[in-house]
Amino acid sequence: MKWYAALLCAAASAQVPYQRIVDAGKEPANWLTYSGNYQGHRFSPLTQLTPSNVGGLRVQWARQFGDRAEVSPIVVDGVMYVSGPNNAAALDVRTGRELWTWSRPIPKDYRNIGFGRVNRGPAILDNQIFVATLDCYLVALDAKSGLERWTARVEDYKPGYSMTLAPLAIRGKILVGVSGGEAGIRGFLDAYDAGTGQRAWRFYTIPGPGEPGHDSWSGESWKTGGGSTWVTGSYDPGSNTVYWGVGNPGPDWNADSRAGDNLYTCSLLALDGDTGKLKWHFQFTPHDSHDWDSTHVPVLFEGDVRGTRRKLVAVANRNAFYYVLDRTTGEFLAGRPYAKQTWAKGLDDRGRPIVIPGTEPSVEGTLVWPNLNGATVWFSPAFSPQTELMYVAVREIASVYFKRKAEYEPGTFFAGGGEARANGEKASGAIRALEGATGKMRWEFPMHTAPWSGVLATAGGLVFSGSDEGNFFALDAKTGKPLWDFQTGGAIAANPISYAVDGRQFVAIASGRVLYVFGL
Amino acid sequence: MNPWLWMLAFAATGFAQETPDLGAGRKIFESQCALCHGQTGGGGRGPALTRPRLNKAPDDAALRQVISEGIGFEMPGAWQLHKREVESLAAYVRTLGAVPPEPVPGDAGRGAAVYGARNCAGCHMIAGKGEGFGPELTDIGAKRSASYLRAAILKPAGSLPFDFLYLAVTTADNKTVRGIRVNEDSFTIQLKDAGGRFYSFRKSALKDLRRLDGQTPMPSFEGQIGGEELDNLVAYLAGLREKP
Repeated sequence: MKWYAALLCAAASAQVPYQRIVDAGKEPANWLTYSGNYQGHRFSPLTQLTPSNVGGLRVQWARQFGDRAEVSPIVVDGVMYVSGPNNAAALDVRTGRELWTWSRPIPKDYRNIGFGRVNRGPAILDNQIFVATLDCYLVALDAKSGLERWTARVEDYKPGYSMTLAPLAIRGKILVGVSGGEAGIRGFLDAYDAGTGQRAWRFYTIPGPGEPGHDSWSGESWKTGGGSTWVTGSYDPGSNTVYWGVGNPGPDWNADSRAGDNLYTCSLLALDGDTGKLKWHFQFTPHDSHDWDSTHVPVLFEGDVRGTRRKLVAVANRNAFYYVLDRTTGEFLAGRPYAKQTWAKGLDDRGRPIVIPGTEPSVEGTLVWPNLNGATVWFSPAFSPQTELMYVAVREIASVYFKRKAEYEPGTFFAGGGEARANGEKASGAIRALEGATGKMRWEFPMHTAPWSGVLATAGGLVFSGSDEGNFFALDAKTGKPLWDFQTGGAIAANPISYAVDGRQFVAIASGRVLYVFGL
Repeated sequence: MNPWLWMLAFAATGFAQETPDLGAGRKIFESQCALCHGQTGGGGRGPALTRPRLNKAPDDAALRQVISEGIGFEMPGAWQLHKREVESLAAYVRTLGAVPPEPVPGDAGRGAAVYGARNCAGCHMIAGKGEGFGPELTDIGAKRSASYLRAAILKPAGSLPFDFLYLAVTTADNKTVRGIRVNEDSFTIQLKDAGGRFYSFRKSALKDLRRLDGQTPMPSFEGQIGGEELDNLVAYLAGLREKP
């Protein structure tokens, strides 16, 4: 069969029922959900590319976007789905040529408060593509035509709610979280019925009056407490549990008005997929005052903890500590710093940080490692079930944190301070391989500057990532040895993926305004 | 304008918006801007702001935009500032430009002769004349204060621009190249030698890569130029304020 005939057939029958995503590991040629699988691994089971042949990778095609591209594409049966701010497209996966495009105007009075005009990817379920928009709508598109099936208003963008994340499709539901942690929002995680667009449940990340955890906020501070949910979570189909990270409390750098732990900011939530009911939570940074959102992709795997095989969830946190929790109960099992930090003596036996006094922001400025972007941030880590290593793009930067008066006014910054570059403190970056079950570092690949790119691991024994200077590169997953690199010509602020078509493995990465696809 | 109209205009603006808080603006400036622009705006890594006209911020709206959004890779935007904080900061920055310019002793015309005699043009360019190895000086007086220029002439290593790096690399076949870093990423490095020639290396292929931190190819003129001659040279450079 000619390839164009194959494309037509595939397009006619493209269906991605929930079970296909559950079994994503069985069809490595496709990339069916944001992280490649529900467990948040960003791991490709493809083995064609190996340390011995990766040096032969060449650009196969590229696609220009209208804006900075941070997309993690979806690939299904010969079609690649991509998205940008309030737009999406289906591309022929062999050539990058457009099959359809869709866009929705960005309202003139829409303002970005604390982040760029970006979109990190679409989701697919059954015959629909789902896109979250900057003006806070969730849109369902017909996968074959790009035409709108339904549009759900998630929240009013005017007070500062927004969406940049890739939705997460689970059984019959589409999950989205919101940005707005610098605008004094009250954050939440929403689930929508995939067929109708009706809201199935909402979980507020800041408990209201009478709810457990409400007393962790003084006075009325909970109403503007932040708690955004702007990075796609993970999912355990076996227990129907959604794992999702929560952002910083507001105002960011002035914590005076919000005495208490400020639940569930800077926490990991485990929620029931059907009801959104909280199963457990774990707070990484109680009463945060450094803008250390805990919005990362939680990584689910099984590992040995003190001689026993357990179901785990692990997070390399923006606060520079690596955490391993029991994913059924939320029990803290292990934790340690994976980057330089100067704000905590360590973690106590329940995983709570032992905060060093005097490290909070001040009027005159307080020098702290890491900076507000943290030791890592939204871009994805990768986990290889083969090496049982977690590969993390790490930022080593200090910052001087300032505290100022914070005034709440809807739709404006509610930050209460800021940061300035720390004079004389050398900044750097690295890709680090951490033992999944302990966080102990196995190797590192030092980088010229702190990265803003996610990591992909492959069963062929490779780790891919990118740099601010435009290098897209491959490392040996066992040793960290650099094997191949390519200058893309733009800063990389995206997550790589891998897929196969016609029996050939490809790797895709967005860089600047371009999506590149590489193959042998 | 008719004095009554003045009063009306004043009343209208007074009611329409709160006056910017110069004290708050100063605090923000000293904590977040002074690192590059100097505690009193005299300049450092960033340009001096003690002048009535700012090249990149000709009016108040442009100044507020520069503060919020920054200038490309040269200056980070203070995105976390509240609208009123930006207004207060912009108003404070304007007061820096209202102070009388720093008195510069010396004769600019004679300074131009010193510039020529010392062969500064062998490395620097002014209005298209000279060599482009060192920084361009065409409008250096708008970017740097006279005291900064004086210090840079006497002790160039003490006032290196942000991210400036002088390097010595040794290749696999034992050739040594010294030059200024023009670019670097995790895998490669690009230099320019004193002759203006560019070099590009894979870092992993080099035998040695020495980062000469705190060094510069510009010679120190301490003990070489002084007194009136130095005053004249500084006056000449401080007077170079606009590109033709």
